[in-house]
This record gives sequence, C-alpha cells and structure tokens, in this order.
Amino acid sequence: MNAPESTPLRRSGTISGDRITLSHGSGGRAMRDLIDDVFVRIFDNPLLAPLEDQARIDLAALAAHGSRLAMTTDSYVITPLFFPGGDIGKLAVAGTVNDLAVSGARPLYLTCGMIIEEGLPIAELRRIAESMQATAQAAGVRIVTGDTKVVPRGGADKLFINTAGIGVIPHGVDIRADRARAGDLVLVNGYIGDHGAAVVDARGELALDSGVASDCQPLAGLIADMLAACPDVHCMRDATRGGVATVLNEFAQASRCAIRLDEDALPVRESVRGVCEILGLDPLHLANEGKIIAVVAPEHADAVLAAMRAHPAGRDSRIIGRVDAAPQGTVLLATHFGGDRVVDMLFGDQLPRIC
Amino acid sequence: MQYVDEFRDPDKARALVRQIEALLARIPAARDRPLQIMEFCGGHTHTIFRYGIEQMLPERIEMVHGPGCPVCVLPMGRVDDCIAIAARPGVIFTTFGDAMRVPGSKKSLLQAKADGADVRMVYSPLDALELARRHPDREVVFFALGFETTMPSTALTVQQAEREGLRNFSLFCNHITTVPTIKAILDSPDMQIDGFLAPGHVSMVVGEAPFAFVARDYRRPIVITGFEPLDILQSLWMLIRQMAEGRCEVENQYARVVPKGGNPPGLQAIADVFELREFFEWRGLGSIDHSGVRMRERYAAFDAERRFAVPNLRIADPKSCQCGEVLKGTIRPWECKVYGNPCSPQAPLGALMVSSEGACAAYYNAGHRTRRVQLDPRLSARLETAA
Repeated sequence: MNAPESTPLRRSGTISGDRITLSHGSGGRAMRDLIDDVFVRIFDNPLLAPLEDQARIDLAALAAHGSRLAMTTDSYVITPLFFPGGDIGKLAVAGTVNDLAVSGARPLYLTCGMIIEEGLPIAELRRIAESMQATAQAAGVRIVTGDTKVVPRGGADKLFINTAGIGVIPHGVDIRADRARAGDLVLVNGYIGDHGAAVVDARGELALDSGVASDCQPLAGLIADMLAACPDVHCMRDATRGGVATVLNEFAQASRCAIRLDEDALPVRESVRGVCEILGLDPLHLANEGKIIAVVAPEHADAVLAAMRAHPAGRDSRIIGRVDAAPQGTVLLATHFGGDRVVDMLFGDQLPRIC
Repeated sequence: MQYVDEFRDPDKARALVRQIEALLARIPAARDRPLQIMEFCGGHTHTIFRYGIEQMLPERIEMVHGPGCPVCVLPMGRVDDCIAIAARPGVIFTTFGDAMRVPGSKKSLLQAKADGADVRMVYSPLDALELARRHPDREVVFFALGFETTMPSTALTVQQAEREGLRNFSLFCNHITTVPTIKAILDSPDMQIDGFLAPGHVSMVVGEAPFAFVARDYRRPIVITGFEPLDILQSLWMLIRQMAEGRCEVENQYARVVPKGGNPPGLQAIADVFELREFFEWRGLGSIDHSGVRMRERYAAFDAERRFAVPNLRIADPKSCQCGEVLKGTIRPWECKVYGNPCSPQAPLGALMVSSEGACAAYYNAGHRTRRVQLDPRLSARLETAA
C-alpha cells in the first residue's frame, strides 16, 4: 500500500470554471483544487507545501534573529479590490509586514485567511494571490499557512483577507510609543495621504481623476536600513487609518509630551492637496499604506534620514517636526499661513462637509 | 496650487495684521473688553481654526463664532423625523455626509443606518435624483438642509424631478434663512457684537442688499467675506477700518465671487419652489420667526413632510446648555457650565458641539478640553530644520 516517496499519491488539483462557487468552500475536492491551483501554486514554499493544518517552524532558526518574537494580525476590507498603486492582496501583505517591522522586528512568516464571496472571478483571486506573493517576496517573508471560506452572495463584499505574521526583534532594539523625549525629531519616509486620496478617487463617485496612486508598500527593508544606521529609534508606527495625525497623537499621549509639526515641512502632493481641498479633508487624517513616522534623538536624525533617503521606499523622507515637553499629549501644527493649531485624532470617519 | 496658494500667503497675512494693529490704535478703548466680531458662517469658523487665525490677531479683537453651521443648529426633533422617514420600508434616505452624525433625541442617522435603515451619503441633490431614476420601486428622500447657499441646487433638483415626472423623489426640507437669524441675534438684549463678517456663499445667492439693515438699523459694520484665510484677514481689516473711520456700511470683500445683486436665476428657483415658514426651531437659539422655508403647495408631491407622516415632535434643548449665550458672545465657549463635561463632540448636548464647525467643538478639537483654558495662544512650532 505504501507508495514510494518520489511519487505522491495525490496529484495537485486544477480548478475549473470562471467564478468561485459555494462548493469551493465545502471542504471537499473543489476546495482542494482551489487551494492547490491558486494558493499552493502561487505561494510556493516548503513550509506551506505539506498542507498540514499548521506550519512548523524551527525555533533555533528563529532565535538566530533575536530574542523576542513579534506577532500581529490584521484584516483587510477595501472597495474597490484593485486601486491605483495596489490591490487588496498587496495591502494584506504589506500591512502586516509593516505592523511587524515598526517594532524593529524582521518579519518572517505570514498566514493568509480568505473569506470569499460567492461569484468572485477566479482570475481576480489569482491576480490577488500573485500580488500577495510578489509583495511577500519583496518583503522577504513567506506565506506558510492559510484558510479559505466561501460565503453566499451578500455575506461578504467580494473578498476579505486576514493575515497574521510573526517576526523576530533583534537585540538592542526597543521601539515604543512612550519613548519620545523633548528635543527628539519626527521623521516621515515620504508623501502623506496618497493611499486615502487614491481610494477615494478609485471609488469613482466623484470623477476627480487625480492621478494619485496608493503608496501601499512593505517597509521592512527601509526599517532595517534605518536600524542599521541607528538601532535606538525611540518610536515608530505606520500611519495607516487615522493618518499621521493619529500616530502622532498616540506618541504624544503615551510619551506625555507635545509634538510640534511644521506645515511647510509636510510632504503632501499637489494632487492629494487638490482632493483634500475639494472634499474638505485633511491630509494629516488620510490613510497611508507605506508611510512610517519615526521619532529619533536629534544626534541620530541625520544618519537615520540619510539611510531612509538611500532606500527606494524613503527617497522623499523628511523631518516634519520635533518633540517638546509641553503641552503634554498635544500635537500642534505651525500653519504655512502663520498661525498655530492643534492637530487632533480623527473621531470616526472624515465626512465631506455640506458647504 | 494655483488659485489657492495666492490666498494663503504668509507675507500678505503679516502685512494685514500690522495694518489692522495700526487701525486699532485709532479706535479709542472705550471699555475694558475686546472688540467682538462675529463670523456668522461655519465655513469661516472652519478657516479661522484651520489656519490658526485667532492666534495671529491682536488681543483687542475677539472672534465670536456664529450659528451659521446648518448641521449644528438642526433641532433634535427634526433629526428624529429624518430617522422616522429613513426607517420606513422602501425608503432610500439620502443626506450630505456631515449630517450623518448629528444626534437626535435617541440616535443619529449613522446609528439608524446601522440599525438597518437605507441611509446613503450623497455629494449633491442630483445624486439623490439619479438614485430615484435608478430605483423606480423605491422612495428616494433627500435631506435638504443648509442656508441660502444650498437652496438653489435643491430647488433646481425639484424642478428637474417635476419635468421628468419622477414620482418617487421627495425632499425633507430643513433649509434655513440667514437674515432673520442675524436679526434675532441683534435683537437679543445681552448682544455685545461690534461687527459682522457676513457669509460669502449665502451672499453669492442673495447679494448685498439683505444685509443693509445691519448697518442702517443696528449701526454695526458688516463685510461680506470669502473663505480663504487672507479673505478673513482682509475683511477684518475692512471692518476695523470702518470702525476707525466711524462708518457703518455693508462692504463686499468677496467681490470675486459675490455680485452685488446675488444670483437672480438662483433666487428665482428658490422663490418658485420654497416659501417662508412662520417660524423655525433652531437648536441653541429656540424658535426664530421666518427663519426657515418649506415647499410651496405646487410642489406638494415632492414634499416628504406631506408625503410621510412625520412625528414632528419638538425636543427641548437640555436646560444646562448655554449655546445661546455663546452664540451672542456673552460667554466664551469654555465658560459654559457643561463645556467639556459632559458636553463634548463625542456626546454633544448643545448645538455648538455637534459639528466641527460649531464654536464649542472647534475649541474642543483645538485642545481646550476642559473649562480651564489650557493653550498658550501664542505657540510657535516653526522648525529651524525645515528647508
């Protein structure tokens, strides 16, 4: 009965039909075919291939990277699935990679849970999986285990993806929101608000044609270069939903300090400003998917900035503000016009104003 | 950005502030309090806070933030009516985005949407009309609100619906009028306002003439003002100049947009579709005569108030609320008894905490979290490192 090891009993399945049906989530052969033909084929790696219910990771190999494990999870829900500069798959990998990397961790392994609405074209799913794989390769991570569910039409909006990730934090790195100190400088790795503006535009309700593309990108490489220049980065987060304003408020509150921004130093594209002017939005509140805010001691700022600018994901990096002792828990902006204002966290969604 | 950056030039701003200071020196300090200037319009309030204009002004000028945020002054009873309409089977209830969060007596439209009502955000009444065309089996209701600024577009949309013979489109009309409200503020005995910035977009529709009574009958200078930060500073300079020269007139700073006679076709559309109500209820200010419009009999078929039985209950403002006094400049927002606790943008008791354009919410969001004033008004965050 035992087959020789070189000829597996089970052949890799091939999916038929153009669209996902409920049978692709049934647990039976159709599901197996989907997993084989889309996910295993595209995510191709030795940890995933055995198709056990879990990926098995060698502890000694992990420990070689550092002493602490970083673990995170995020779910990705976006309309439309494809937008200028990215798609939900790229987002799902880059987002979780970045959540790991901002702790200083080297991201290593991701999971991929998919909730698919019946009727999704298989070609779209394939494109999304290919995009996930390309992003994972760029970030140096592997997708090692996954799950697929199919829900009836209306039970989900086309496709939801959850990715969890683990990474290892090297010795000597201690990045926390409560470590900002008076005198520290605040850095960003490029133009802010691109993702938020691109998605508003891609929904097509406003026919703006702004030409803005999402900044969606994994930042593990950039952050590794920054830490090589200065391992003692004080605070770092990616400015996703809620935008730069939210991250800075989190730092100011956790560190009991003030953060002062200079509007003239904020990198905002003209096209993003245009979208904000028309809709009454604030670029500081727009989502980013490839932007980090870092707080570093002033004596290290030049080295970190130089390392950032030398990396493709940080070419337009800038110092945008500094940390002050008071007023505690507050983010202030010196406006180009000459006044000052407080930059608050976003409460709920930004809603367009009536007039 | 062309046509935007010109109106935000910091050098011109500094020059204007210096000129305002020079003019102020010519006005004797006749009393121990600052000159109070009201910007009526919520759009101006937004600009003042967004660019930090208050911190740039001489201390003798105090801005009083008026009631001109249509979202703020909407009484809770009207929000309840919206929710009652939205909850009817078959209704698609359409609204501008910022009206979604306004609290009614029990919930907001955002919460009603979560409870299952089909509430949709639109950018224009024409988007609502398009929904009505696409869904002939549904009743599409547009939540019409705003001052004269938004009245022409709703009026034209109703005229269009009539021309197309659409039977499934209606308005829930909550449009309000500017002039009776300014008059109500001027008539209140504790009013202390020395001059007004008149709303630019309203004026674009109604023209200069409706504001003449402010200067003529109440001896207060008034300047029609645009929405860029330099517009605000230039208007303040024009206003202070009137005071320095002992004049009281309507002046038009926003001449690049506001014609003297307003927008005659817009006014005609308004007159065709709407008529004045005897009175309208305002959150924070109470009932004001002739301060709202309703749809004329001729357009009854498009009037959601007539088509759907709305509860139309009057919900009184909480007794502790001092919005009225803040609006008249008698007290500053943070001097209100409930400011910050329990009244906050997350749980507004009064009108002025409701939208970011309300005076109290604007101060709260600008860092005045408690009744104690926390912020040093002259902060400088300018970076030496910025190139």
